[in-house]
Amino acid sequence: MNTLRVIGALGLRSIKQTFRRPQLLAPILIFPTLLLAIQVGGAGRAVDLPQFPEVNGFLDFMIAGAMIQATLLAGNSGGIALALDIEMGFTDRLLAAPISRFAIVLGRLAGTAALGALTAIWFLVIALIFGAHIEGGVAGAFLIVLLVTCSAVAFGGIGAAIALRSGSASVVQGLFPLVFVILFLSTAFFPENLLLEPARSVAEWNPLSFIVDGVRDLVISTFSAAQFFEGVAALALMGLFGVGLSAAAMRGRLRRG
Amino acid sequence: MPAIETRDLQRVFSGGITAVAGVDLQIPEREIYAFLGPNGAGKTTMVRMLTTLLRPTGGSARVAGLDVVEEAGEVRRAIGVALQEAALDPLMTGRELIVLQATLHALPRGEGERRAERLLDRVGLSSAADRRVGTYSGGMRRRLDLASALVHEPQILFLDEPTTGLDPVSRKSIWEEVSKLNREGTTVFLTTQYLEEADKLADRVGIIDDGRLVAEGTPDALKAEIGRPHLEVVLSDGRMDRAEEIMSRFGKPLPAKDGAALVELERGAAGVAPVVRALDEAGLVVESLDLVQPTLDDVFVAKTGYHLEGSEGPEAEVDQAVEGDS
Repeated sequence: MNTLRVIGALGLRSIKQTFRRPQLLAPILIFPTLLLAIQVGGAGRAVDLPQFPEVNGFLDFMIAGAMIQATLLAGNSGGIALALDIEMGFTDRLLAAPISRFAIVLGRLAGTAALGALTAIWFLVIALIFGAHIEGGVAGAFLIVLLVTCSAVAFGGIGAAIALRSGSASVVQGLFPLVFVILFLSTAFFPENLLLEPARSVAEWNPLSFIVDGVRDLVISTFSAAQFFEGVAALALMGLFGVGLSAAAMRGRLRRG
Repeated sequence: MPAIETRDLQRVFSGGITAVAGVDLQIPEREIYAFLGPNGAGKTTMVRMLTTLLRPTGGSARVAGLDVVEEAGEVRRAIGVALQEAALDPLMTGRELIVLQATLHALPRGEGERRAERLLDRVGLSSAADRRVGTYSGGMRRRLDLASALVHEPQILFLDEPTTGLDPVSRKSIWEEVSKLNREGTTVFLTTQYLEEADKLADRVGIIDDGRLVAEGTPDALKAEIGRPHLEVVLSDGRMDRAEEIMSRFGKPLPAKDGAALVELERGAAGVAPVVRALDEAGLVVESLDLVQPTLDDVFVAKTGYHLEGSEGPEAEVDQAVEGDS
């Protein structure tokens, strides 16, 4: 029972930490919002391209990519914050307490999940304000928040694993550009059928594409079970990978001392 | 049952670096035990093993009667830990930190808040309780760290270099709080590189060098072990040979130093008056006379062959602070 309390308390600390440190918050909300504005404003006529999916507007298409970009960066920020905890010795304070070792990671992921939910709501509000339609309706919006929250946990797990393995905030921060490489090699910002090879083949198998498409489908069309569950399956895979990797990294750190 | 007991405790890091090379300790309850040694001697590694943060690679350790490897969770419940350099989140407030610490120790929320209030008051941080830790001075951080280590009322308190880098007044305030905690029944294990700290605070001192315990005992016993006090006499007329001849009747002569004749007094301080009388009867005019007690630094030199780094600074600074306060 206390483990849940500890996870909640550490999650709350993680959220406060993000809001109190602008350099952690900026990549989660401000950068993806700016990029979204630039892309929608500058490349809005992409919807006129032949074979572009049927959408009400370019914003409808782009909003899913912005959400997943934000959760990837939330995972990266969570990793940086965890690495800073290790560097300053705060993690030792937690390890010297009678709590489950993995609660330390889960607490961080709970905070990242909350930030994921926040980004989903933020971009849904932006989408609605600027005239996008959520074709999936209220239920669709709820599922979007759920998928985005889960993706934050999955990406947060990978960020946490790198932080625990390296113990260095600069190493985790150094992965920031990689986030954009992974994003541009998926369907986050452009439909797969309009990508050139070899980007097209990479995007076809990039798990991120399945997650983005799962979210996008709820924005641009009514609920499709196949698309949704493909997204869920990709998320489950990445979630297991991320959380499993962070559990292994924690065990390794404890072994090394 | 000893509060802390180790047998041949060892830690070898990857690459074959030996940080602790077989240490035996027996620390009874309600004692303040100071682990004295220079940087890199193995002090922090010992603390990390005893607080379950690091697994020993050899030997065994029991804290509060519990094995640090097999019963690590129980050990963590029994101990309070304030680690080197006050591992505090600068973005949290003092109150948030102690309430979080209370949650980690499974205290109910209301009780955690009450204890936070009481502990912040105890360490003089009530007025700064809702300020972020990043705005605290070094001394305030240390006091907050100490308060957070006490939230669950531990039986044994581990303090890793609790006053390193602090100004003399802050150092004195930490010493007073540690002494008070000990009087209330808490066993304290502290590491330090300050001789004065070990001398003033500790019931017993362990000197660690290169991962090995080279001496252990009460500060007085350790000092007595290396010799009696010695007398340093400077004459105004410079007749040193004659002075040394007279002084040798009262104890073992020591090599002259800076123009002073030295003798180790067989009867300790009681031997001063007869020496003065004998010098006077011989018509020698004494310019200055010092009875020098052995210090822990002398003990350290005798046991390790070198002086403990930084031993002079803090003593002098704290003396000034104490004088300033009085």
